Amino acid sequence: MQILFGNLAIFVLALLVGVEVISKIPSTLHTPMMSGANAIHGVVIAGAVVTASLANSPTGYILTFIAGAFAAANVFGGYAVTDRILKMFMRPKAVEPADETKTSKDAS
Amino acid sequence: MTDFEFVVGLIYLLSASLFVVGLHMMRAPATARNGNRISAVGMIIAVAATVALSLVTSGGEWIAWAVLAVGVLLGGIFGVYRARTVKMTDVPQLVSVFNAVGGSAAAAIAFAAFILATSSNPLDLTVSIPIVLDVLIGSITFSGSLIAAGKLQGVIPGNPVTFPGSRALNAVVALIALGASVAAIILPENTLLLVVVLVTALILGVLMVLAIGGADAPVVVSLLNALTGLAVAMAGFAIDNQALIIAGALVGAAGTILTLQMAKAMNRSVLSIILGGFGTG
Repeated sequence: MQILFGNLAIFVLALLVGVEVISKIPSTLHTPMMSGANAIHGVVIAGAVVTASLANSPTGYILTFIAGAFAAANVFGGYAVTDRILKMFMRPKAVEPADETKTSKDAS
Repeated sequence: MTDFEFVVGLIYLLSASLFVVGLHMMRAPATARNGNRISAVGMIIAVAATVALSLVTSGGEWIAWAVLAVGVLLGGIFGVYRARTVKMTDVPQLVSVFNAVGGSAAAAIAFAAFILATSSNPLDLTVSIPIVLDVLIGSITFSGSLIAAGKLQGVIPGNPVTFPGSRALNAVVALIALGASVAAIILPENTLLLVVVLVTALILGVLMVLAIGGADAPVVVSLLNALTGLAVAMAGFAIDNQALIIAGALVGAAGTILTLQMAKAMNRSVLSIILGGFGTG
């Protein structure tokens, strides 16, 4: 019961943080934000690891494989595609070296 | 709690903080890319800590680890390859596919936890409720996200697909899914009931998203994304893993806010989108 209460507490607090962390965002960032959040729930791969450590039957192995393969596609693909979208976002500003964002912002 | 588990807990806290900071930085174009990288660092340390924890506390069989390694390798290659090669205009579809596989991974984890638990001792409500919710939500997001991706790709007709009696069918399927869920929670040792939940939830996901117009599909992908976050959090409850609970809840809430904002930007209400059929198509 104590474990459940601890878990419930962090669940509710994490929900509230999730609401607060995204206040108003420009609509151009909607897609990358969605993609970035999608990558974060790729943490389900950690659950696949736990499943693998407990699996002890053929069904368990199959479920481990499904969880591992699908979660890996989610997490690796999610971060890679988010980075690719955001790289494209930077391009208009990053005609000069990437760390000069402030001066290039003035120029645009 | 051993000293080792305490250290793993601290690492989870650090990775959760990195997720929050990363998401926060993604609100502005100038910091967004670094925000995504910070979140990726959080992911790497969370997964590394979980591998160490699993090896120390339960060890496991080498076959299972080998199966996991092959699966992760295949899934990872597919994900990175698609992410690198997809046309930029097709990105929303790909995100939807990644969301679909994330949801089904969460459902698979719940299923595995269910089988393990039933083979040892009777299920506690504190375990059976998250397991059933995980299978229910994870399956809906899996099939729903695939249909949404199909609509965005143009493989499935963009206009709302409805037919005479489709609402009645939706209601019947939803009732069966809910009934089976309640039964699976109260009568916990029945794999067949969980399979019924799985199948009806899959059908429900297809029916719900088919009825939604293609123009609303991006909002629906965002909503399903938030739901996958919740499914992952439920998986965290089922296997008692705080990294999954925190990250899942974070995505569930942030994704919901994002969905509301996206709908607002399009002058649509989320409710009318979900109910479908009124849409612009």
